Amino acid sequence: MNFFQLIDQLAEVDPDVLDRFDSRRAVFNSLGTLARRSALAATPLFMGALFQKAYAGTASVSTDVLNYALTLELLEADFYRQFIASTLIPGGAPAAAIAKIKQHEDAHVTLLTSTIRTLGVTPVAGTSTTGVRFKALPAGATYANYLAVAQVLEDTGVRAYKGRAAELIGAPNDLLTIALQIHSVEARHAAQIRTMRGQLPWINNNDDLKTDPAYLNGVRNATGTSLTLGGATFAIPAYDATKPSPLESNVLQGATAAAAAVNTATALGTPYTADDAAAAFDEYLQAAEVVDASRAGGLLA
Amino acid sequence: MSDNLQPRGADDTTFAQPLYTPIKRRSFFMYAGATAGATALVLAGCSKDSDTTPTSSTISLGTGDVGVLNYAYALEQLEAAFYAKVVATPATDFQTGELAYFTEVAAHEAIHRNFFKAAITRDAPGKLLQDLTPNFTSIDFTKRLSVLTTAQTFEDLGVAAYNGAGILIKTGAYLVIAGQIVSVEARHAAYVRERLAINTFSSSPQIDANGLDKAMMPVDVIAAAQAFITEKLDASTVGK
Repeated sequence: MNFFQLIDQLAEVDPDVLDRFDSRRAVFNSLGTLARRSALAATPLFMGALFQKAYAGTASVSTDVLNYALTLELLEADFYRQFIASTLIPGGAPAAAIAKIKQHEDAHVTLLTSTIRTLGVTPVAGTSTTGVRFKALPAGATYANYLAVAQVLEDTGVRAYKGRAAELIGAPNDLLTIALQIHSVEARHAAQIRTMRGQLPWINNNDDLKTDPAYLNGVRNATGTSLTLGGATFAIPAYDATKPSPLESNVLQGATAAAAAVNTATALGTPYTADDAAAAFDEYLQAAEVVDASRAGGLLA
Repeated sequence: MSDNLQPRGADDTTFAQPLYTPIKRRSFFMYAGATAGATALVLAGCSKDSDTTPTSSTISLGTGDVGVLNYAYALEQLEAAFYAKVVATPATDFQTGELAYFTEVAAHEAIHRNFFKAAITRDAPGKLLQDLTPNFTSIDFTKRLSVLTTAQTFEDLGVAAYNGAGILIKTGAYLVIAGQIVSVEARHAAYVRERLAINTFSSSPQIDANGLDKAMMPVDVIAAAQAFITEKLDASTVGK
């Protein structure tokens, strides 16, 4: 087996292949050194591990992504359980909206749990007293406080699904489609919560919470590549400090391995305001940014 | 000496982490991966041979990732044209704030449309879908209800379209950008639904019992959108 010939062949069907390796530079670099030291690179076992890394979505990494998603869904579901238990929600439309959202989060928990189990992996678990659950808000928290947390949670969830969707390219069992179908429901929830708070339904430069870490980037603490939560252990990609996720105010969109981003405010023929250009695209977050103490990680009990 | 020692130490750590540990747990999957790769090669070969020549009256959206981009471009053209007209000839019975809302949404959709135009021109010169001619004769732009109902139709359809197209995309960067747009469409959809009826922002049957939004394949989406587009579109090769 000629390793470099194989890479060339893959590049023909998948022009992105070199970028896949590049994004996991540590693996690629170690290959070069190893190849000089030994013939290990020629063994199928080595190749399997390398391509497993590059084409993460084709195999077990899928369940890592699902457990990551499940963690966020458990956190959301338990948050809404506590919100409803607080009896702070006005009756009528607000109570109905929160009940509807809670119902969806519960459904996502059930679906992801059974899917992970079907794939032969232990799913993350959580109840109101054990495992993955929401750290209670301080005594005296108001309806408005809860709604603000809900907005941050939902908008973070929307960013989180985007951040790992590409790892599910080629994954079996329609996992990518399911993730996308959950993702857009989270966006609907976010829009509703924002409307209930008197904010625009989309993330924008004039949000009252625009300085919350949910809308920024970076990590407070360096995180590892393995998380053990709620009785399960799963991997997340290492934080790439050289490529922090875009701020939500970003207007540079669509960069690829081969081409630079398009400025959606100034380079689309017609000029658009930076506010409209930023609002037209939601942004992703790296997994390590999502689970950082400044975001979802700080909301875990 | 120290030059040699330093990198070797660093190598050993990177070596141990990504290679040894995953191999045991994941060795099974390299066979799955190899099969998937071989299948991709076969399929890639097929699509080149099976390109159909579109009939004279039909416009093909194309194949592969460019097909997906042109498919999205077609839908964004439709949405942008709709909202431009909503803003240009506002309904006489719009409620407070609704025109301002539609003005912002019109900007989002125009930005999406123009972004795809720029991206396709950049990545696949000569393959940009032509400008489409909208057919809005079924919409009464003077009536709020007609405008909101149509907006809901377009936004829900857009969400389902992007959700369904995800598995057709081969390039990670394109999947990310589709994800960045679909969540904004979902926000539009939720808001306009709520304007029409309280607590419908994510209601059944749009959202199923598993809490999942709809996902539709390109041919089904285009079939639904075709009534609003003068040119006949063929989405059968999108992503193939």
